[in-house]
Amino acid sequence: MRYFKLFRGNNSEGEMKDYRIEVEKGMVVLDAILRIQAEQENDLAVRWNCKAGKCGSCSVEINGKPKLSCMTRMNEYDNDETISIRPLKTFPVMRDLVTDVSWNFIQNKKIAPFKPDPSQKDKNGNYRMTQEDVDRIQEFRKCIECYLCQNVCHVLRDHDKRNKFIGPRFLICLASLEMHPLDTTDRIPDIKNDFGTGMCNITKCCTDVCPEHIQLTDNGIIPLKERVVDRYYDPLKWIWRKLVGEKILRLFPS
Amino acid sequence: MAIDVSEIQTVEHDVIVVGAGGAGLRAAIECSSMGLNTGLVCKSLLGKAHTVMAEGGVAAALANVDHRDHWKVHFRDTMRGGKFLNNWRMAELHAKMSPDRVRELEEWGAVFDRTKNGLINQRNFGGHRYPRLAHVGDRTGLEIIRTLQDHGIHQGIEVYMECTALDLLKDGDRISGMVAVWRESGRFIIFKAKVVILATGGGGKAWQITSNSWEYTGDGYCIAYESGAELMDFEFTQFHPTGMVWPPSVRGTLVTEGVRGEGGILVNKEGKRFMFKYIPEKFSPETADTIEESNRWLAGDKEARRPPELLTRDVVAKAIRDEVRAGRGSEHGGVYLDIASQRSAEDIKRKLPSMYHQFKILAELDITKDPMEVGPTLHYFMGGIRVNADTQMSNVPGLFAAGECAAGVHGANRLGGNSLSDLLVFGQLAGIGAADYINSLGTAPAVDNRQVEQIVKRATDILNRESGENPYLFHETLQENMQDNVGIVRNEEDLVNGIKKLEELKKLYSKVKAVGTSQYNPGWDEALALRSLLITSEAVARAALIREESRGAHTRLDFPNESDEWQNYNVVIKKRLDGTMEVNKVEREKPSDDIYRIAYSTLEELEAEVAKEME
Repeated sequence: MRYFKLFRGNNSEGEMKDYRIEVEKGMVVLDAILRIQAEQENDLAVRWNCKAGKCGSCSVEINGKPKLSCMTRMNEYDNDETISIRPLKTFPVMRDLVTDVSWNFIQNKKIAPFKPDPSQKDKNGNYRMTQEDVDRIQEFRKCIECYLCQNVCHVLRDHDKRNKFIGPRFLICLASLEMHPLDTTDRIPDIKNDFGTGMCNITKCCTDVCPEHIQLTDNGIIPLKERVVDRYYDPLKWIWRKLVGEKILRLFPS
Repeated sequence: MAIDVSEIQTVEHDVIVVGAGGAGLRAAIECSSMGLNTGLVCKSLLGKAHTVMAEGGVAAALANVDHRDHWKVHFRDTMRGGKFLNNWRMAELHAKMSPDRVRELEEWGAVFDRTKNGLINQRNFGGHRYPRLAHVGDRTGLEIIRTLQDHGIHQGIEVYMECTALDLLKDGDRISGMVAVWRESGRFIIFKAKVVILATGGGGKAWQITSNSWEYTGDGYCIAYESGAELMDFEFTQFHPTGMVWPPSVRGTLVTEGVRGEGGILVNKEGKRFMFKYIPEKFSPETADTIEESNRWLAGDKEARRPPELLTRDVVAKAIRDEVRAGRGSEHGGVYLDIASQRSAEDIKRKLPSMYHQFKILAELDITKDPMEVGPTLHYFMGGIRVNADTQMSNVPGLFAAGECAAGVHGANRLGGNSLSDLLVFGQLAGIGAADYINSLGTAPAVDNRQVEQIVKRATDILNRESGENPYLFHETLQENMQDNVGIVRNEEDLVNGIKKLEELKKLYSKVKAVGTSQYNPGWDEALALRSLLITSEAVARAALIREESRGAHTRLDFPNESDEWQNYNVVIKKRLDGTMEVNKVEREKPSDDIYRIAYSTLEELEAEVAKEME
C-alpha cells in the first residue's frame, strides 16, 4: 500500500485529496495516477500520451519537483513516503492535474518561421550541411515541449512577466533557428525587444528540470544574449552601423 | 432533456482535418496552401500525436548512402514486405513521391542527421534493400511532427486542440460537417464543412499489449463506418517484434527497429542467435545465413547480405513468439535484443539516445552493457478506411482519409519507415484530392439539425445515466478478449469466441456510465472511445475470420500457408442498413504490366535496370 495526495479542483478552488493503492514493481508515478483514476476516481483529470518520455504531456509537480510523471519511478521515493502530486504552478489549472498551457502555443506563433535560401541547393536539389554544423541545433530540437522549463523559470513563475518574456523553451527554439546553417531570417531585434533575453539571469533552473538534458542556458540562452549584446552594445559596431548602416555590418559577422 | 442546436457553437470551414499527427498536419498544410479555409481538430495538444513515437526514420529512396537506391527498388521492397497485397497504385505513388516529401521537410526546417558529404543520412531497416531511412537519431517522428507543426502554424490553419470528434454530418450522401466536443469545457461544437479528412491513426488500444497511447482508439474508423464508408484489410494488424516486456507497467512500449538497423541481434535464453532458423524461402537469396556474413554486412561490406534480424516485422514477431513458446524465452517471457556486444557504448548513445534513456529510466537497464528483453506488441493497422489511390477519397463523397487511418499502401505487412513516408505522401495527396472535390462541388451541403441532436444525445446519455458500468474496466475486458482471441496467431475457434464476446460487450456498452461532470473528464473520454474500439475490434475479428490463409501480419494456425486465391482479394467491411457489419471478399484491381513486372523482378534484374537508367 502506498499513500498519495492529489490535487483535485479547478483554478479558483480545490484541495489535496488522499488516496491509497497497491503499487507493483517497476511502476512509474503516472501508472499510479492512472490506477487511482481507473479504480477510485474515474473523472480524475490528467494529461498524458506516449508514456515513454517522448511527447511531454504528463508534466506535473511531484513532491514539489516539476517532472514528467511517466518517467518518474515509484522507487525513487521511500515506501512510507506520501507522494503529493500537483498541477504545474505557472499555468492556470483547467481541472485537477491538467493546466492550461495555451499561452505557450501563442508564444510559438510569434517566432518568425525558418526560411532557407533556395540558391544554396546543389544541382540535385539538396541542401548540404555537415553533421558538425547541425550538432548544436539538434540538441535544441530534442525538446519535447513538456514546458517544465517554462514552469520553473522564475521570470514566469514568480514574476509573471508573461507579456515581456517568451520563456526558456522558446529561447532555445529561437536559438535553433538563429544557429541553423540554412536560415536567412534576422530575429535578433525581436529577441531583444519582444522576447526578453535580457530578463533571464541565468540561474539555470530550466536546465536542471529538462528531461531531455538540454543545456538550455549554456548552449542556447547565453549565446543568444551574446548575439544581442554584439549587435546593440558593442561600441565600435554601433559607430560603424551609424556610419554605414546595418546591412554592411551583417556581411561581416563577428 | 431537449437539445437546442442553435445554442451550440458553430464554425464553418471548407475542410476539417481530424487528427494532428504527421498525416493530419501535412493534409492541413496542403489544404491551406491551396487557399482552402482549413480547421484542424485534435484530441490532444498540438505536437503530442502518436507520430512523436516513430523513432527509426522515414523511408525514401534518396540514394544518399547507397547510390543504387531508386523508387523502383523501394516499391519492390514495399510490395514484398506487404506480401503483394498492397494497393499497387498507392505503393507506386508512395515510392515515387517520398524523396520529395522528405526534402520538403528540410525546406521547412527539419534537421536530419547528415552523411559525410553533408546530405541527409539514411540507415538500414527491416525489409529495405538499401540504407533508406532518413533519420534524426532515434527521434525522427518528433522531428517530423515539430517541423510540420512549426510550419503549419504560420499557414493560417485554425487549430482546435483537445477537441474530440464525435460523428460526421451528411447531406444526403455527401459530407456536410462534423460534431465534436471540447474536452476542457465539455461543450459541443458543430463544424460545417464540405470535406472532412480523417487522419486519426489506428486502434491499438483494443489490445492489452500495445505500443499505442490512449488516443489510439480507432475513432476515424468508427465515424467513417457509421457514415457509410468502407473499411478494408482490417485483419492485418502489425505486431511489432520488439516491445518492452519488463517491468509490467511498460509492457508493450516500443523499442525501435533502429536497434536492429544499427546491428542489434536477437538471442534466446540459450544464447543462440535464432533468426537464422526463420528465414522464409522468398527472402533467403537476399538474407545472410551465417554470423560471419552478418558481421561483414554490419562492417559495411556492400556485397554481404542483410542479417536475418532485419527480415520484415511479421517474420521476426512470429519467430520471437515461437522461441518463447518453445521454452527458449527470456526471464519475463520475451527474447534478448543485444546491441551492447555489437556496437561501442559511444555509438549506441549517439545513434539510439532515446532508447538508452528509456531503458535506463523505465527498466533500470544500461543497454550499452546489457541486452534488452523484448517481445511482440500491437503497433500498427495496415488496414483502414478504403480510399481511392489517387485522391484518398472514400466511397462517401467529401470524406477522405490519410496515414494509418487509411488502407492500402502497406498490404499485409508494413515495412518500418514506410509509415512516416506514408503520412507525408498521402497527407499531401488527400489535401489535393480535397481541393479537387471542392472545386467540382455544386451547391454547398447543409447541416441537418436532427443529426446533431442525435449525436449530442448519444454522448450526453453516458453522463446522464443514474448508474452503470465502469468504462475503464469495460475497456480492460475488451482488451483481454482481443489479446486472447484476436492476437498474433489466430484460429477459427478463438475468433468465433472473440466475436461472441464482442457481441456481448456491444450490448453492455449501452450501460456504460461516466461519473462526474462533462468538464475535462477522462472517464467520459474513455466511455466515448469504447464505441470506436468496439467497432474497430469487431472489424478486425470478422476480417480475420473470413481470410482463411496466413499472409503477412495475419496468421491463422488452421490455415498456415498463403493461398493463391486469397492473393486476389481484399476483405471489405461496411455497415448494413440494419446496423450489423457486412463483411465481403472483394476482388482487387489489376496493376499495369510495368508495375507488375517491377514488383516481381529479381533484385539482380532490377539493379541492372536501375543502373542502366541512371547512366
